[in-house]
Amino acid sequence: MKLYGKYFAMHLKALMEYKTSFLLTCIGQFLVSFNVFLGMHFMFRRFSNVQGFTYNEVLLCFGITLMEFSLAESVARGFDTFDSMIRQGEFDRVLVRPRNEILQVLGNRIEFSRVGRILQAAAMFIYGFSVSQVRWNFGKIIAVLFMLVGGTVVFTGIFLIYAALCFFTIEGLEFVNIFTDGAREYGKYPVSIYGKRMLLICTFVVPYALIQYYPLLYLLDRGKPYYLFLPLAACLFFLPCFLLWKLGVKHYTSAGS
Amino acid sequence: MITLEHVCKTYRVSKRDAGFSSALKALFHKEYEYIHALDDVSFTIKDGEMVGYIGPNGAGKSSTIKILSGILTPEGGTCRVNGLIPWKNRIEHVRNIGVVFGQRSQLWWDVPVMDSFELLKEIYRIDTLSYRRNLEQLCHMLQLSDLLKMPARQLSLGQRMRCEIAASLLHSPSLLFLDEPTIGLDAVSKLAVRDFILKLNQEQKTTVILTTHDMQDIEALTSRVILIGKGQILMDGSIENIKKGYHSTEEALADFYRSHDL
Repeated sequence: MKLYGKYFAMHLKALMEYKTSFLLTCIGQFLVSFNVFLGMHFMFRRFSNVQGFTYNEVLLCFGITLMEFSLAESVARGFDTFDSMIRQGEFDRVLVRPRNEILQVLGNRIEFSRVGRILQAAAMFIYGFSVSQVRWNFGKIIAVLFMLVGGTVVFTGIFLIYAALCFFTIEGLEFVNIFTDGAREYGKYPVSIYGKRMLLICTFVVPYALIQYYPLLYLLDRGKPYYLFLPLAACLFFLPCFLLWKLGVKHYTSAGS
Repeated sequence: MITLEHVCKTYRVSKRDAGFSSALKALFHKEYEYIHALDDVSFTIKDGEMVGYIGPNGAGKSSTIKILSGILTPEGGTCRVNGLIPWKNRIEHVRNIGVVFGQRSQLWWDVPVMDSFELLKEIYRIDTLSYRRNLEQLCHMLQLSDLLKMPARQLSLGQRMRCEIAASLLHSPSLLFLDEPTIGLDAVSKLAVRDFILKLNQEQKTTVILTTHDMQDIEALTSRVILIGKGQILMDGSIENIKKGYHSTEEALADFYRSHDL
C-alpha cells in the first residue's frame, strides 16, 4: 500500500509538467458521463416508468452503478494500456523487481484525468440518494456498502481479464470493453429490463445482477432478505479472473530486444 | 554461483509472405515456425566472476539473460542462481540481482532522476541507511551529483546510462546483468562505464554478466567469454582462443561467425 502511494506521488509529480492537458481532460471526462444522465432524463420526461421502475429508482440504480464502476476504474483502469506494456517489453522490468506484478502494473499507470469521472459519479451518487424515496435503515446502508465493494471487485475482475488476454493475443481486445464501459452504459437501468435471458447471464456468468438488480430490489423493499448478501457472492467472480492472469504470466514470452 | 544445465527454449513465430493477399490468407490459416532460441545450453559461473556473453544478433543472448533473471521459463533443463530457480522463486531471486537493459530505460521520463531512485528504494525496501551509503558511493563513482535533479528526458544518452546503472545497483545486488550497456555511447561515456564496471567487480566482488557487440568492451573487461550461436554454446574460455593470428578481435570474430555459418 505504501508503494502504491509512492507510485501515486510519482505520477502527480510527472503531471505537474503538463498542467493544461490535465485540466482539459478532466473537464472532458466529466462532461462525457454527464451526457448519459441527460439521455436518461429526457427519456423519462416521455415515459414515467420502465418495467416498474420509476425515474427516481433508476436514478438511484445509475448513481450506484456509476460509483461502483468509477471506483474500479480508479484502481484498475491501468490495465487498459497493458498491451502496450507487453509490446514494448516494459513487463520485463516488472518481472525483475521483487514486488507483486499486479501492483506494479497498476502503479505504473495511474491516470488522474479520471478525477473528473469520479467527481461526476459522486455527484450522481449523492443526487440518486437524495431523490430516492427509500426508507433507510441499518440493513440498507450495509447493502449499499456491499454493493460498492462487490461492484468494484467485479469491474476490477473484468479489467484484469482484459489484461490477462493480452498475454495471449498481444493486441488489446476492444470487445472486452463491452463488459466494462458497456456495462456502465447499460447498468444505468436495472438489468431485469433487458429480459429474462439477460438477467440469467448477468446472474451466473458475469454477475452484474448481483451487484445491481438484486440488492436494488432489497433497497426498494421488493426483494428477499438474502439479496442483501448477493454483492459479496459476486466477489467470487474475481477468482477465475485472477487465475487467468496467473496463467498469462506463465505464458509470457517477452518481446525481442 | 550460477549453473545452467541443458536449458532449451523454443519460440513459435508466425510466418507469411509480404503483401496484402498473403496477409489475408494468414488471417484464416497461420503458418508457424519453431525457432530454437536455446538448444541444450549449459555453463557455470562462479561468484565474483565477470563474464562476457557474446554472439551474433538472434543467437539467444537475450533469451539466456531473461531466463537467468526470471522473466522467461525454459521448456527443458535446470537452472539455479545462488540455489534458487529464477522463474519459480521469482521474488526472492530478483531481490538479489540488478538488470540493465541498454535499450530500455527504467527511469521515469518526466521526473528528476532522484525521484526514480526514491521509488526504487521503496520497491526494493532498502533501509534508509544503506540507501544513503549506496547512493553516495554510486554518485561518487559515476559522477551523478549534477544529474540527479534533472528529469530523465533531458539527459544525454551517456548521462542516462550512468543513471540507469546506478538505479540497478541501489539495492546492492550480488549479481548484475548488463545487456549492451555501451550501445550508442560516445568514447568518453564508454570509458567511464567500463571503468565503473571493472571497479564494481573488483571492489564489491559483484558477479557481472555482460552482453555486447563491442569487442573493446570484452577486451577491457572480461577474461572469460562465452560465445553462443544458433542457441548453442560454441566457445567458453578466453577471447585469445579466437583472436590467434588476427589483427583485431572484430575481424577474428567475424571470421569465426562465418566459419560456423552464423
